[in-house]
Amino acid sequence: MNEDLDHLFRRGAFGASQQDVAEYARLGFLGFSSAVAHLLDYARLPDDVDDFIGRPGYTGITAPGGFLPASIIGHARQRWLFRMVHSRRPLQEKMALFWHNHFATAYSKIAGELNATEATRMLAAKPSEDPGGVKGQLELLREHALGNFRDLLVAIAQDPAMLVWLDGRSNFRAQPQENFARELMELFTMGVGTFAETDVYAGARVFTGWNLARPGTGAAQYYAFIYNAGQHDTGAKTFTFPIYPSGSTTIPARAAASGMQDGLDLINAVAAHPLTGPRLARKLYAFFINEVDNPDPALITEVAQIYYSRNYAIEPMVRRLLLSSQFRDPANYYKRYAWPAEFVVRALKEVGPVGFSVNDALTPLANMGQQLFEPPDVNGWELGPGWFSTGSMLARMNFASQLATNQKFNLREAARPHAATPEALVTHVLDRLTAQEYSGSSQAALMDYARTGASYPASDAQLATKVAGLVHLVVGSGDYQFI
Amino acid sequence: MPITRREFVKGGVAAFTVSFAAPEFLSDLAVAQGQSRRNLVVLYLSGGNDALSTLIPYTDPQYYARRTALAIPAATVLQIGTDSSGRPLGLNPRLVGLRTIYNAGRLAIIQRTGYPNSSRSHFQGTDIWSTADPSSPQGPGWLGRYLDMLPSPVDPLTAWSTVRETPRTLLARTVGVPSIPDPVQYAFASPNPNTPDAPLGRQSATRIASHLPVDKPHLAFVNATSQAAFATLDRVAEVTTYVPTAAYPNNGLGQALRTVAGAMVRGIGTRVFWVQTGGFDTHAGQNTNIANGSYNTLMNTLNASLLAFYTDLLNQGLLNDTLLLQFSEFGRRVSENGSAGTDHGAAGLMFAMGGGVRGGLYGTAADLRAGADNPTLENNGNDVRHETDFRSVYATVIDRWLGADSTVVLGQNFRGGPGFLA
Repeated sequence: MNEDLDHLFRRGAFGASQQDVAEYARLGFLGFSSAVAHLLDYARLPDDVDDFIGRPGYTGITAPGGFLPASIIGHARQRWLFRMVHSRRPLQEKMALFWHNHFATAYSKIAGELNATEATRMLAAKPSEDPGGVKGQLELLREHALGNFRDLLVAIAQDPAMLVWLDGRSNFRAQPQENFARELMELFTMGVGTFAETDVYAGARVFTGWNLARPGTGAAQYYAFIYNAGQHDTGAKTFTFPIYPSGSTTIPARAAASGMQDGLDLINAVAAHPLTGPRLARKLYAFFINEVDNPDPALITEVAQIYYSRNYAIEPMVRRLLLSSQFRDPANYYKRYAWPAEFVVRALKEVGPVGFSVNDALTPLANMGQQLFEPPDVNGWELGPGWFSTGSMLARMNFASQLATNQKFNLREAARPHAATPEALVTHVLDRLTAQEYSGSSQAALMDYARTGASYPASDAQLATKVAGLVHLVVGSGDYQFI
Repeated sequence: MPITRREFVKGGVAAFTVSFAAPEFLSDLAVAQGQSRRNLVVLYLSGGNDALSTLIPYTDPQYYARRTALAIPAATVLQIGTDSSGRPLGLNPRLVGLRTIYNAGRLAIIQRTGYPNSSRSHFQGTDIWSTADPSSPQGPGWLGRYLDMLPSPVDPLTAWSTVRETPRTLLARTVGVPSIPDPVQYAFASPNPNTPDAPLGRQSATRIASHLPVDKPHLAFVNATSQAAFATLDRVAEVTTYVPTAAYPNNGLGQALRTVAGAMVRGIGTRVFWVQTGGFDTHAGQNTNIANGSYNTLMNTLNASLLAFYTDLLNQGLLNDTLLLQFSEFGRRVSENGSAGTDHGAAGLMFAMGGGVRGGLYGTAADLRAGADNPTLENNGNDVRHETDFRSVYATVIDRWLGADSTVVLGQNFRGGPGFLA
């Protein structure tokens, strides 16, 4: 593929496997913009990736007692990784990962307060896997991945996992619970330092009665959002920022029966707040364009304007970014630190997923600092350089070793036509791994490794050793930690 | 905007890579810098510890009035005497081991620590405590600035974070602090084990990591991180065989402190350690009065881990060389909420433990009577107002334990705080 397509698939997807490349060739992309359209207009493609779990020719899963992704969190993690590797709609999974970090919700607290099965269901169940047809949080993030941000906020405010995670389920009239209201303003929309403590008190009162119900009986019991009118504080609530287009900062007193509107009014207000659009634009810019250099203020402004002019729609913001000249500028290539999940999935796609169980990536991912469904706190993961410490870097290098070991046979077969010289072998490995250009000294280190102790053309045994060793070196190198 | 490590690294990585010590000199460095035997362990209780459930004002009627579900009955608290205002105080009933240490004169408790206009945000609050700079909580941490003042080049194992991410407190401009949650995992694997290609691979990987391009500071940063990993692997491996003299509990904090003790006993050169334990964001179900309620679990973890660490250090003859300093990003509101929990508040408490500590109760307890006119509370009587600026506690540690100049590290003179170090 062309370099700009490789770049597009590293950023807008999780990289491209050999099979993906063949499929894209079959679809006959006319060029970069048709590839962008293919990624963005994923609604035209079936959401059928789960049908391929357990089939030959795909990355494996491990579930000796049966695969139960709506009740065992390790299985839910495997299913999501499988989707990242194999979905025909990779941008949807990419955005779901973005929102998982934005609305960071952790399994362990929910499991501690309820139990492991309910917590997994709340985070990962498909509607068909819940007795009440309630979507798990991940499904909600996938549904709204490129949808409307204001609708996503409403869905999140009513999401059972969030109602446990930020304690909304115990937000009662007599003693309002501040947790959700604070983070709604500080982390989900406007940003820290943009509101006052009085706004937190008022926000907590606004969401009184946004609780959790448990309808059904026996095994058919399930959790769902309920507006509990009897627990709603009906008094007026005044904020330091405008709530309504008129500029009014007060949510009026309302009868308990219609008090749910308070929360919708506040969500409208924080979605419309002048700092929310730019903040989202900056986060998306860092995610898609460049998180290393100072952002381009004109593009941020433009994307923020799109947010408001398109009534909080996410898709046009992402489209604008992917089609921008900045996106295609080679100066922005490899200027994003790969999140551990992105690193693992790209490596699986580029090195080879078949014969590897995604279950074996779960502990390495935790060691790299990103256990899915377990962000460190509601602020999400510390991105960028925050991913990198000596320990987490060793975990990345050691995953590279584990994967190269697992794929030794496949790697050797693919490398066979390139076994004539050490130069040919190194070139083959770098090309397969869409690596950025290595410095002279790093190339020399790879060449010395390829040469030492082997004769060329390489024997089968030498080839297996060297190609696995080279893949380990490249995937474990600093250069490969950027997408 | 949350202030992130990223913004710091943008300006800082170029400098960061300059004075990185080359691996071959490290053993000499460790010896040379081993002159000071003093260890500092920073313990962070993440989430905002409810100080009023740790150190209990069990004679204050307002404590019982404002916490009908959460107040701990006076009869069960572990009495440790009165503070300088004459207020009797007691430790949480689970902190039996800490009371033993307190009675041995090796635990100092500093009440109402904080700063003016306390942030109620976890992230901003943590950044403020980490940088010791409430007005601009970004860039290197207070211990990072101390590390930057050490004679260069600095041994990359001088500090050790036992959590996966380098905490801002240890973020320095010229020293990369390794994160080693588990020394056993801190090793370099090979797809060709037990063959000549294994050492050859490590050699090549080390060469690739030595490339620190000035025009790509982000890549230089990651490569320098790999370099530091290679430079510290073998010494860290020595810690994996440590056999402690006390039984550490099998939880994150206990195991981290066991590792810290192992690193000290093995003498691998580390002087500053970071340990952390979470779960203190007790908005709901704090359940101080239910046997296995969440706050009791937190206190059990703290108590068992610290008692084991104290005992181990005592047995190893390292207690006099070790200071443990505890903090949390804020205290919690005085009144409980409707979820049997407490929301974000202001001042909290710190404690210091070690052979050089002058044990006792420092500072005075708040009067918990609600009302805007109560000078010991703030925010209309909702939260505890700070009495001791946390930076004055840091100043004492910097001046009297680390032997550096606190006015330089903190950028201001915060001397004259509680005299908890002998």
